[in-house]
Amino acid sequence: MVEISMNVNGKPVSGAVEGRTLLSAFLRDDLRLTGTHIGCDTSQCGACVVHVNGEAVKACTMFAAEADGAEVTTIEGMANADGTLGVVQQAFQDEHGLQCGFCTPGMVMSAAALLRDNPTPSEAEIREYLEGNICRCTGYHNIVKAIQTAAAKLTPVAAE
Amino acid sequence: MYNFDFAKPSTIADAVKAMSEEDAQALGGGQTLIPTLKQRLAAPSTLVSLTGIPEMQGICMDDAGRLCIGGATTHATVAAEGAAHYPALAAMASHIGDPAVRNRGTLGGSLANNDPSACYPAAVLASGATVVTNAREIAADDYFQGMFTTALDEGEIITEVKFPVPEAANYQKFVQPASRFALVGVFVAKYADGVRVAVTGASEDGVFRWSEAEEALSSDFSAGALDGLSVDASTMIGDLHGTPEYRAHLVSVMTRRAVAAC
Ligand SMILES: Cc1cc2nc3c(=O)[nH]c(=O)nc-3n(C[C@H](O)[C@H](O)[C@H](O)COP(=O)(O)OP(=O)(O)OC[C@H]3O[C@@H](n4cnc5c(N)ncnc54)[C@H](O)[C@@H]3O)c2cc1C
Ligand code: FES
Ligand code: FES
Repeated sequence: MVEISMNVNGKPVSGAVEGRTLLSAFLRDDLRLTGTHIGCDTSQCGACVVHVNGEAVKACTMFAAEADGAEVTTIEGMANADGTLGVVQQAFQDEHGLQCGFCTPGMVMSAAALLRDNPTPSEAEIREYLEGNICRCTGYHNIVKAIQTAAAKLTPVAAE
Repeated sequence: MYNFDFAKPSTIADAVKAMSEEDAQALGGGQTLIPTLKQRLAAPSTLVSLTGIPEMQGICMDDAGRLCIGGATTHATVAAEGAAHYPALAAMASHIGDPAVRNRGTLGGSLANNDPSACYPAAVLASGATVVTNAREIAADDYFQGMFTTALDEGEIITEVKFPVPEAANYQKFVQPASRFALVGVFVAKYADGVRVAVTGASEDGVFRWSEAEEALSSDFSAGALDGLSVDASTMIGDLHGTPEYRAHLVSVMTRRAVAAC
């Protein structure tokens, strides 16, 4: 077993994991943060995207031991402190950027990573950034709209 | 996945020591290895993570004007920091897989794996780069030895790759839409002493140099110089994504586009 500790959504956590324990399994099974979804488990779908030290990664394709000492953010960390939806989440609701919702945690995490690197993405840049996030329901259109809406809300704040 | 011990050394020397254990295997970004382990196609006793070794991270220019990239540098870092030094290489890195793959996947992992459809092998071969390991330096022309086969010995670690920077270069990738790898990819690099053309995704023998095109382009660097030239379809890959003839055709088309974009 490997002893690991990390900050998840700002809270220090620790545990003992096997070498083969995936970050997705540690988050879901050990920490019970089941918002991170497993769609494919083969690094194709992006439902499991979380941020590790600020970078979007597929939690199903990273060992928990590799995240030792890291800052990890999951979909549970995207809400505001009072429990209301964060800006990107709210934009997905407002623009109907989801249907079944299975892909949504990964979509929101990818969107948040994109908007941090590129606060004013074009539609083409949004679509390209979402290359690794598959949605079986929406046809992506409203997801793209949601990210545009979130960008518009976030940018004036970022410019201050 | 079978279980294994996990080691995370912080120096190359310690990594080499850890790799000397029986059935130890290197772990780069895990973007290829973790899916392989999940399918139980590999059963290492110890995985030696190379992601915590500062000597193997990042990019710099050496005195000979070569771009030197640490073996554990991610595709995302090369895309962001390589742009000022070798734009075609950075552009290639920025189109590997998707953002999450690029945030984990590494140069060394891509080269050690030598997937016949991977992008980096084309860039390394077209640049005549030097693959540096813990033990020696290997010229790109000697490094790639066929699909998933390289000159690496057991336990050998790619610590760095040195890329001579060309006068002009371009990579054209025809994306296989399901995997996001190259169905065919062509990297063209023009140096003072000649043009190098490397093709990935196409051949049964993995990445290769298209020497006829190199000769033609070295005397006349224009898409027109490629008129009438084609690769032999009988050695091309045929699968549900494309016949050998289709791939052979794409090699010509992608090479032209790369030259035109230089
Ligand atoms: C969805 C998806 C899309 C992708 N699309 C593309 C694409 O378009 N183009 C492309 O080129 N690739 C693509 N890839 C592959 C990606 O680039 C991988 O990151 C890369 O092939 C392997 O790098 P890694 O660091 O993840 O290596 P790992 O998976 O960790 O390791 C791969 C192999 O290399 C060995 N190894 C790792 N590092 C070293 C080292 N420094 N020295 C010696 N041996 C080492 C390991 O032991 C293992 O055998 C894609 C992957 C995925 C999951
Ligand atoms: S569950 Fe990780 S990419 Fe699909
Ligand atoms: S909303 Fe159902 S998969 Fe995207």
